Amino acid sequence: MAADKKNDDEILGKAYDARLMRRLLKYVKPYLKYVILAIVLNIIAAALGPLRPYLTKIAIDEYIRDRNYTGLSYVSIGLFAALFLQTFIQYLLTYYTQYLGQRTILDLRMELFAHTQKLALKFFDKTPIGRMVTRVTNDIESLNELFSSGIIMVFSDVFIVLWIFCFMFYLDWRLSLVTLSVLPVLFYGTFLFRKKVRENYRDVRFHLARLNSFMQERVTGISIVQIFFKQKEELKQFSSINADHRKANIESIFYYAVFYPGVELLSSAAIALIIWYGGGEIIQKHLSLGVLFAFIQYTEMFFRPIRDLSEKYNILQTAMASSERVFKLLDEDTIIPSPEAPIRKSSLSGKIDFKNVSFGYGSSNTDFVLKNLSFNIQPGKTTAIVGATGAGKTSIISLLSRFYDIQNGQILVDDIDIKEISEKDLRNNIAIVLQDVFLFSGTIRSNITMDNPAITEEQMIKAARMVGADKFIEQLPNKYDEEVKERGATLSTGQKQLISFARALAYNPQILILDEATSSIDTETEILIQSAIEKLLEGRTAIVIAHRLSTIQNADKILVLHKGELKETGNHQELLAKRGIYYKLYQLQYKNQEISNS
Amino acid sequence: MKNLFSLKKYFLAYKKKLLWGLVFIICSNIGSVYVPILIKNSINILQSATNYETLGKYAFLIVIASLFSGVFRFLIRQSIIVVSREIEYDLRGDFWKHIQNLPMRYFSNNSTGNIMAHATNDINAVRMFIGPAVMYSIDTFIRLIIVISIMLSISTSLTIYSLLPLPVLSFLVYYVGKLIHDRFTKIQEKFSELTTKAQENYSGIRVIKSYTRESGEIESFRNLSKEYLKKNMKLVKVQALFQPILFLITGVSVIIVIWLGGTKVMRGELLLGDITALIIYLGILIWPMIAFGWVINIIQQAEASMARLNKILSEPIEIKDNEDSVETIIDLKGAIKFEDVSFRYSEIQPDVLKDINLIIPVGSTLAIMGHTGSGKSTLVNLLLRLYDVTGGNILIDGNEIKSIPLKTLRKSIGYVPQESFLFSDSLTNNISYGLDAPDLEIVKKSAAISQFEKDVVDFPEGYETIIGERGITLSGGQKQRSALARALVLNPKILILDDSFSAVDTNTEEKILTNLKEFMKNRTSVIISHRISTVKDADNIIVLKDGTIAEEGTHDELFALDGIYADIYNKQLLEKELEEYTD
Repeated sequence: MAADKKNDDEILGKAYDARLMRRLLKYVKPYLKYVILAIVLNIIAAALGPLRPYLTKIAIDEYIRDRNYTGLSYVSIGLFAALFLQTFIQYLLTYYTQYLGQRTILDLRMELFAHTQKLALKFFDKTPIGRMVTRVTNDIESLNELFSSGIIMVFSDVFIVLWIFCFMFYLDWRLSLVTLSVLPVLFYGTFLFRKKVRENYRDVRFHLARLNSFMQERVTGISIVQIFFKQKEELKQFSSINADHRKANIESIFYYAVFYPGVELLSSAAIALIIWYGGGEIIQKHLSLGVLFAFIQYTEMFFRPIRDLSEKYNILQTAMASSERVFKLLDEDTIIPSPEAPIRKSSLSGKIDFKNVSFGYGSSNTDFVLKNLSFNIQPGKTTAIVGATGAGKTSIISLLSRFYDIQNGQILVDDIDIKEISEKDLRNNIAIVLQDVFLFSGTIRSNITMDNPAITEEQMIKAARMVGADKFIEQLPNKYDEEVKERGATLSTGQKQLISFARALAYNPQILILDEATSSIDTETEILIQSAIEKLLEGRTAIVIAHRLSTIQNADKILVLHKGELKETGNHQELLAKRGIYYKLYQLQYKNQEISNS
Repeated sequence: MKNLFSLKKYFLAYKKKLLWGLVFIICSNIGSVYVPILIKNSINILQSATNYETLGKYAFLIVIASLFSGVFRFLIRQSIIVVSREIEYDLRGDFWKHIQNLPMRYFSNNSTGNIMAHATNDINAVRMFIGPAVMYSIDTFIRLIIVISIMLSISTSLTIYSLLPLPVLSFLVYYVGKLIHDRFTKIQEKFSELTTKAQENYSGIRVIKSYTRESGEIESFRNLSKEYLKKNMKLVKVQALFQPILFLITGVSVIIVIWLGGTKVMRGELLLGDITALIIYLGILIWPMIAFGWVINIIQQAEASMARLNKILSEPIEIKDNEDSVETIIDLKGAIKFEDVSFRYSEIQPDVLKDINLIIPVGSTLAIMGHTGSGKSTLVNLLLRLYDVTGGNILIDGNEIKSIPLKTLRKSIGYVPQESFLFSDSLTNNISYGLDAPDLEIVKKSAAISQFEKDVVDFPEGYETIIGERGITLSGGQKQRSALARALVLNPKILILDDSFSAVDTNTEEKILTNLKEFMKNRTSVIISHRISTVKDADNIIVLKDGTIAEEGTHDELFALDGIYADIYNKQLLEKELEEYTD
């Protein structure tokens, strides 16, 4: 089976990679003061815990023995104070480390998101959207744990253990050595456990992924399963995958079932050692009862941080794998190169020249979608592009806005090569209205203005009125503030079209590119849209991928594209007279409209 | 708890193992509570005269008691938690068995993501209840009883005073746990907003770039991220309090024992060992008290999840064999008749098909044309009984379609869908999907008819090549041709092609159609297509429009009619001319 072939998202790399770590730590740098604060708090908090058994020892050895009631009260109050202080610091510590983690990943997430906004369409064409989304959401999220609990809690655990050792050795170094003799066993056991659990975890994950992808695939293809009447066989296969998953999980239960009681046993062994050795010392008056008492409490204390420390390994491993993927996207450099000294043009007259333009989406120089294309468009004129599917019409649109760079030739706007003009200025002067309208979730307002603060309320309403979108908008309960669902789900096709027209008009561009929708809409909307298009084209340089007869008939010039080449040019009547490609296209695509319109 | 009660049958299946688990819990607790008694006694004798031997004996006993408890603790996990995985397996199996038999209606109303969420998250939540929740609640209960009674026997007043803060602890865990859960839900909501935002941005990147709104997008993404941070910090505020307060409350208990116990020792009412034992017992009680609050949360979540699962499990399997099925029908000849058939997807929706009357004799070919949404695919879905008609009748060989056992019906029909769905598996397994066991000979024969054989030769491992996510990606045409082969393998009496050659080039299509002509002798076929070339030789052609038959007849008849069919014919002729145009 090729099942072991894993994609990016499944790789569990090594737990520590110095190069990645250094790069990650850079993001913590701006918050260095929080880090320092956290470490200081850590050292204090870590000391307060082990302080309490020590105070207990004093209570036992000095006050309880001597029947000093006041002394016991003082120590008890001291214990309370230490406890409250520890609680308070612990709270602050957790809060600040979490804050640190959150701030850090916010920065990283924003950097990543901002970076993706710069990437060229070429990159988006070949990258599944889901993968990009995962990078800026889940992958970044799994770094949170590293920044918040990971790094700093490692310090915390280390400090706690160190403090406990300090107190123990201060009280009695011989008894300390005897007690700590269980540590190597604990370390080794934990190491072994972690290793087994890690291997098993990989197994569990693998089987879970298999289970999920099996289900996912069958649910997607459920009709095939039912039509071929394979439910019984599918269930059998499902059961075997399900059983593998169960087996892997039961194996993990075994490790946990051994480990946790094992740790308990070790802790009891430590106590047994304290009683056996320490008790002996007490008999010989080398040791006080209070020390024994304190030691018993210490053994309960140092097991947890040591056990926790080993758990941090997992956090580290996940974080490394995620950061690898995040950085890979961050290092992606498929961008349209900006000119070194961009020519600023706040407004364009709208003259367009294509000079021997050849273009293909691939990297090879043979699969051209557009071949040696030359034409020019005068300011304020409307040019219609017609052609069969696959003729290369849509590519022309993308090229003018410089979404892709061409392989050969030159595209000029106002006699300037578009590679020399500032990208922002170029695109701000060109509005594109695409065939399938993309609406964002938000409001009607935000979809028309695209949240551009430069567009005033009046401009927005004016734009909506000009294209005739105001009529239906005014009828909505919240008018321009009416909510728009994802992809404009609650609006009709015609309404979406009108909104996208208003969007283009609100930007008042000098150049307008329109890819007319082919989808059929009711006659009333059709009339609305037709007049809206006329409004849109008025006084602008316009390129229209035409599907409407009226648009073509009104165009100043028609370019007939066939398999990436410009075959015929002229106006409607001239081209019809030629009886060439246009004539055929006309009969195929537009003639019916004449019948239905008349 | 109403919904969780439906788990009863699963529990009963493992009752023996669970009962043993109960016994193990009791044994393990007896061992673990004995350790502090031993420590107590050893400390107490230290205050009087003693010797190494006695100390050694106690030390040894401590290890033995702990070992005893540990062995049973191991067994608890090996019984109860293992059972939880077993029940999870059973539950998921039942869930899946039900899901795959649900009618298509269910799948068109519920997204794959939604169903997957139930299959993973909800089953997992229920598993947490079955395993950890059950284990800890029994364990806690038994431990509480034993430990508290021992503590009381050591010192009644001290036990009561020191235990006072612990119920607060349980309550706190419960209350804060709820608070955490609520705030966590809010975080998840924000997170999904963030995800949606990113999703939308990347889907609409073309629009964003053309309106140069990148900076605006970054700004609004930043605002969302900041809100997400705020929601997170709101959770942190509670969560950060949680652990310190746990330690505070338990710490207070311990200090009470030291202070009050200390005075009692001074008065000679207690021995130091007693205090040690009480402190250790408090330590033993902390986790159960925490677990108690935690368990309640798990139960609540499991209840909600189980409610969702029960809802799915009670979805009716609308289309299945019932008392009307005539089990003696094990073979079909393929004479199809539609009598006044109407269909709509739901009560509130309009009819998709209206009064369809059709006769398709054995061995004949029916071709269906029509625009998108005219009801073509719906018509063949009814034939496959993916949906039941809402009016009229479909008869096959004179039998009402509902009386034909589903297995007979579907095994007799070879169906090639519009969007060829293939599994991430080998080609052999995909093509022989309808067979009980893969048969390479039949696979090769079918692939030859489908004009797919020549492609397979170029694949790295021939018919064993894995396709899909983890293998090679097939082109649209290759997918369609393998889907055709998959249908032919069944040796079907009825063949349905639902626009199955849209991605196959016309030359190859012609070859396939020629091959099929031979194959389709004595079989009935229904072909949906947009291409005149595919349908022109059919015995009968219908043109659907808005769910009704607008035109019916042979190619010549329809051409003469000069209606929709003739129009399509003319256009395709022009298209062909355009395609071949060179200057």
